[in-house]
Parts: sequence; C-alpha cells; structure tokens
Amino acid sequence: MSYKILVFVKQVPDTQNITGDAMTKDGTVNRAALPAIFNPEDLNALELALQLKDRYGAHVTVATMGMPAAAEVLRQSLYRGADRGILITDRALAGADTLATSYTLSCCVKKLGDIDLVLCGRQAIDGDTAQVGPQIAEKLHVPQICYVEEVIDLADGKITCRRAIDGGYEVLKAPLPALLTVIDANEPRPMNAKRIMRYKRARTPGEIARCHQNANYTDAGAMDAELRELTARGLLIEEFNAAAIDADPSRIGFPGSPTKVKQVMSVVLTAGEAKQIPADAAGISALMHELISDHTLG
Amino acid sequence: MANFFSDNPDLKFTLENLELEPITRMVENNYAFAREFDNAPVDFDDALDNYRRVLEVVGEIAGDRIEPRSRTVDAEGAKFADGVVTYHPFTVQNLKDLTQAGVMGVMLAHKYGGLNFPVSVYTMMTEIVSRADASLQNIFGLQDIAETISFFGSEEQKDKYLPLFAAGEVDGAMDLTEPDYGSDLQAVRLRAWQDEKTGQWYLNGMKRFITNGCAKVHLVLARSEEGTTDGRGLSMFICEACPQLVVRRIEEKHGIHGVATCELQFNDVPAQLCGKRRLGLIRYVMSLMNGARVAISAQALGIAEAAYRLARKYASEREQFKQTIDQFPAIYTMLSSMKVKLTAMRALLYETTRVVDLRNAYTHIVEHGEPTAEDRTLQKYYVKLAAVLTPMCKALATESANQIAYDGLQIHGGAGYMHDFNAERFSRDARITNIYEGTTQLQVVAAIGGVMQHDLDRRMDELFALKLDGKFERLLKKLADGRELLNRAVAFVAERKDHAYHDLMARSLVEMATSVFVGLLLVRDAAKCPDRAAIAERFVLDGAYDIEQRFRRITSGEGGLIDNNRDIIDY
Repeated sequence: MSYKILVFVKQVPDTQNITGDAMTKDGTVNRAALPAIFNPEDLNALELALQLKDRYGAHVTVATMGMPAAAEVLRQSLYRGADRGILITDRALAGADTLATSYTLSCCVKKLGDIDLVLCGRQAIDGDTAQVGPQIAEKLHVPQICYVEEVIDLADGKITCRRAIDGGYEVLKAPLPALLTVIDANEPRPMNAKRIMRYKRARTPGEIARCHQNANYTDAGAMDAELRELTARGLLIEEFNAAAIDADPSRIGFPGSPTKVKQVMSVVLTAGEAKQIPADAAGISALMHELISDHTLG
Repeated sequence: MANFFSDNPDLKFTLENLELEPITRMVENNYAFAREFDNAPVDFDDALDNYRRVLEVVGEIAGDRIEPRSRTVDAEGAKFADGVVTYHPFTVQNLKDLTQAGVMGVMLAHKYGGLNFPVSVYTMMTEIVSRADASLQNIFGLQDIAETISFFGSEEQKDKYLPLFAAGEVDGAMDLTEPDYGSDLQAVRLRAWQDEKTGQWYLNGMKRFITNGCAKVHLVLARSEEGTTDGRGLSMFICEACPQLVVRRIEEKHGIHGVATCELQFNDVPAQLCGKRRLGLIRYVMSLMNGARVAISAQALGIAEAAYRLARKYASEREQFKQTIDQFPAIYTMLSSMKVKLTAMRALLYETTRVVDLRNAYTHIVEHGEPTAEDRTLQKYYVKLAAVLTPMCKALATESANQIAYDGLQIHGGAGYMHDFNAERFSRDARITNIYEGTTQLQVVAAIGGVMQHDLDRRMDELFALKLDGKFERLLKKLADGRELLNRAVAFVAERKDHAYHDLMARSLVEMATSVFVGLLLVRDAAKCPDRAAIAERFVLDGAYDIEQRFRRITSGEGGLIDNNRDIIDY
C-alpha cells in the first residue's frame, strides 16, 4: 500500500550567519537582514519521509505556513523528491505563536484528511521552542513520537521508531495515524538535477498573479489558462488561506496567540573574576555552603 | 557550508563567458526536446540557468560532503579480499550522494534519462569533484564509458545500458592496458573469439591497471582478428561482471587511494561486439581516450585548485620572523605564479571542451542529420582543432598541476611533508595525471602534427582579430611576436626533414604554441573582466621570455644540444 505522508516545513532566517542588525528594536527577528533557508531539522523530516517513500511507497506532501516567499522551500522539497507542495498563507495568520501555528497546521491536516503520518522537524532555528509538532498531535488527538532518529518498521497500521533520549535511545511503536518530530540523525539527500530542471517552474497562484502584476485576480482568463497548464504539468504549488482550511479567525494569527513578549534584553556574556578555592576539605566545604546559600545548588 | 562552484569566481566567469549558446542549441535540437521532456530547456537562458543550478548542487555536495570525507578515504582506501573489491564506506556514500543528485548521466540524451548537458558543463563537475577528492573523479568520470556506448553502440546496447548508467545503477570500466602493453595499445593481445554456431563472442586474457576494474559494465579492447599484430586487428567489446571475469588483485598506489586499480583475468567472458570489427582501437578507443584526456585535465585542474587554496591559506596564517610568510617575495611570487598557471589551465581546458562540444554536435549532424556543405566543413575543422587542443590541454594541465602541488607543499615547509596537511596528498594525487590516459610525452606526439600543420591558425586569427581595448595592444603585440617566432621555429624544423630532430624539438614547439594560444585566451578574458588583467599580463610577459628562449634553442643548430644524448647517457 502507499502511505500518505505530510511533512510540515518552515522557511527560517539563517541564524548561523548573524550580523549586527539581526534583531529589530522591538525584539523580533529582522528577516530582511538574514538569508532565508530551509529549517535544517525540517530537511531531516523530509528525508525521513522520502526514505519511507523509497522503502514502502508513499505520497509525500510538503506544507508550510508563511509569507508568499516561503514557496521557495516547497520548490526545494520538490527538487529533493516530494510529490506535492502546499503554501498556507494569509495576512490573518501573521504574528502567530506556537499555539496559533499548531492550530492552523492541525486545520490543514484535517482539511487534507486521510493522512497516515505527519512529520515535523524537532524545532525551528528561529524560535527553538520544539512545541509546534507536539501541539499539532494534541489537537489532532493522534499519538506523537518526538526526537525520532529513524523508522525501524512500518507495517500493519503501526510505525516503530527509534528516538533519542538522554543518555541513549528507546524504541517506540504507535498506531497510525501518528505524528513524529525528527532530529538531525539522517543526512538529507541532495537536490536532484532533473527534478530541479523540471520543478524550478513550479509556482503558486500568488506567484502567477504577481507575474501578471495583478494580485487582485481580475485578469481571470489569462491567469486561469496558466494555472490550468501548470496543474496539467504537475507544477502547481497549491495555496490555502485561513478560510480554505476552515480555521477559526479567533484562534489564528495575533488574536489566537496568547504569548506576549514582555521584554527583550541584549545579554553580553563576559568572563567574571576567577576565585581560588583551597584544594582541601575545608575549602570545598566553604564553596558548597556558598553555592547553597545563593541558591546555585539545592 | 562550502560550495566548490559558487566560491570559485574563475569557474563562474568561465560558465558565463564560454559562449555555449550554439552548442546548447544543437544538442537540444533547436529546443525541440522541450516539447517531449519536461526537464529540457526552452531556450538558452533556461539551459544556462539549469547548468548554473546543477553546478551549485554539485559544488555543495563537493564542499560539504565529499571534501570532509576525503582524508579518511585517502588514508584507508579501497580494500580487496577473496576476489572482491570493497570501496571505502565514504566513497560509497559519495557515489550515493552524486547518484541522488542525478549527475551520473550528465551528457546522456534525455531519452535515456540523462541531463543532455554539453561536455563543457560536465567537465566543470569533474573539476569540482576532483577538487574535493581526486580519486572519486576516477569513478564519477567513468560516465565517459556510457558516452562511448552512446556514440558507437547499437540501438539495443544503448537501450539496455544507458538508462542504467544514467540512474547510477551500473558503473563502468575501460579495459585497455595489458601487462606488456600500455602506451603501445596497438599490440594488445587479449583474445576475442566467436562461437561459430551461436555467434557469441568470448574474451580470454589479462588486463592490468584497470581503473574501477570491479565495475558492472566493461568496455574491452581485444584482438578479434586472428593472426593480426597491429591496431587494425582490434575490436571493442562490452561485457558485464560475471564469475568468468576475475579481479586478481588491486594495486598499492602512490595516490588516488579511493579508487581500486585492478588486475583482471578474462576466462572466456561472454561479450558483445560494440560498433564494427577492426575499428576498436583506431576509432572507438581513440575517441574514448580523447574524452578521458579532457576529464583527466579537469581532474588535474581540480587538484591544482585545492593545492593552491591550501597553500594560500597556510601562507597567510603561518608566521616566521614576526610576519606571515605570504609577506615575503619568495613566497608571494610562488603564489602568484601558481594562480597564473591555474587560470591558464582553466582557460585552455574550457576552450578545448567548447571545441569538443562543437565537434560532437557537428559530427552528430553529419552522421545522423541532414548536413549542409557548411556543416561538413565545420565538422572537419572542429575534428582537427579538437585533435590538437586535447593533447595540448592535457600536457599543460597535468604538468601545471604537478608544479602547483609541488610548490604548494614547498610553501608548507616541513609541515607539508607530513600527513597532517593535505598538501602531500595533492602532490601524490596530481602525480598520476601526467601519466595515465597517455603520458605528457605521448600528448606531445599527439599534438605536434597539428602544430606543424598550423591547425591552430584559424582560431588564433579569430582571437587576434577581436576588437579589444587599446590597453591590451602591448600584450597582443607580444603575442604576435611570439607567434612569429613559433612560425619560424616550425618552418626551421620542417625544413630540416630530420625525424629525430623533429621529435627532440616537439615538446618545445608544442609549448610555444600553447603559450601563444593560452595568452590570447587570457587577454580576451581580461578584456571582459578588468580584474583579470594582471593575470593575463603576467602570463604573456613571462611567456614571451620562454618563447624566445625556446626559439633560440630550436633554431640554434647547435649539435651539442641535440646530437650527443647517447654519449651523455652512456658515460
């Protein structure tokens, strides 16, 4: 049988190349100052999906919530072997925290229906929360296995995974549908030359509209013809707005996000004074007492 | 995050300025393939965008994956036990990465699952892969075998093997050299015999120094015509790995440790004839070897690029006498000389691939299309030009790579002699390039005819005729003077009608021609990009002294330089 796998990915600012203007004054990331890249662990999730496709046969859909420019990570997913790309984009989704994001993505899963496996990277390098994957699973009421390193088996409606835990690993089995979050335990395959040559032409309806300099979709005839041709050639990246996935407007974007940033501080770590501790029982005892009294220990 | 394409301005400049348009138009059948294959380009901009994107992918794989694995591959190498060759796990992973990237059938036609890219772009990949791990190129580069089947095989052979090559499911080997016959391939003895009843061919004999001799598909040069002793009794065969084809041992080599070099024993190995009988050496293997000579030039260039970069980095970090050593004239002059050589190699290599691409495209039209009289003339012209440029290029690229690797090690001082740095690996890996696929001495033999017959003249005239900025006049004048000396030296040698003298002077003549020709290419490029002016100037001015010296030596008529080799050797 062929499994239906949905991989959620994110386009993130490349936090490995931080410059002085990486943050805005109000404490959010200055996306314009950093190159946008495919979130690294999402590439591991995609690789795991493609390995399952190679091993068991699967149809791999990749979806992302983001600005129109995030279509690029969907194209890159197609270059690597994904079958279908979905861009979830809407001004109403802006400002979402992990609660609103996971709600939105869970709506997408429900809308698509009939998904056997949802894969997410463990966390995105811009927020480092690792909350979105588990929250999606909760909202969908499906089992979740986090920190997955590899899938050992997929059979009889059950998936068996090996996941990292402190100091070792454990093997867990879960019934499908299930959600996995994946860590960087595999090496994502490179982009494929022929797929690049083919899918570099893949476009979202929004990108087509901008090509027509007609974001209001009034030039319906010309655009429709182009969209039909893209669809026929398998080059359409679908676009969902909040209404298309039946999302409750009060639970998405800013309104759906209870997280409030209270304060952002620029912390510069500097080396403090060194202190000599006598290397005897009395010295160590004095140090222990000091650490307990300032609540470093205990 | 290293990318061996995008971090290389000279390579990017080359791709953008190579004037591939007429080539791409011909190989893409005037862009008609776009209607049939969804990954074929619709116009030249589209094709160039494809080349760029795929080179970026190969550059990233080379920089991020292959290069970090290369030291271990070199230290541990390929293994052999119980008749089985096992590649290093990192080599296996490298090949998997390149297969997944879909670059194992770069030049094969769309219909076989290939990318249908020109030789020029494939050669850039070769260069990039070699910079990361020279030994991997020996396996990656065996795509030439699929290309040879594509040129000369039957339709059934093409349908059977080419899709497997393109998908990376089979690898290849070209089995030419025998224990007693290397340079002298005409004397090859491995016997091919045909079962009269079934028509089945069988191969019997030994081959030696076979790169990737553990391959699944082999092209074998064998003697099919009993009683013959020369090249006209040889045919080319395709055979597959099977129990009758035994790997007897693998060689312990000075360099390129990642690839297995095998001794093969053929015990009545079933085989198919590829192409026509008797044309094995004179047509097919010469074509295969010429393709491989371009690939080895690119391998040399990749090693040289790596060696130069490493030396430059080391020189900018290593401090002696309270300053980094790249502040000393003795060191920075070595670095600039390495860089000039590197740029010169690349200019000649891609001029050669461009001509090879044009030759292939016109040959295809002449053999399979509806050629005009002009197509036929151009085909003949490019055949001749490729025949002189290919050996010239291999001689220059592989000898320069050795000099660059040597100087790179020298700049490292004592540390360079140790295994701690890659400098010594680069000099070991470079050392094979001017030996295999024909030594430099044989490249001179292959090129000298074209130099004596003035086969480069038309292309030189074109380059001299380019309308360049006035500031390049001085350099063009130097090059014109050099060409004049070359022509006089050629006439001098021709008039002597003395074989020994001709052969003794051949290398100097080929080097003079190379110097003038590459100088023209570098001046042309400098006119397009001002940052390259200093490189062109250095090459032309240095070259002018060398040309003059060679001219004087060739035309001196001094017996002591020429006639008394035997006395010297025998003392």
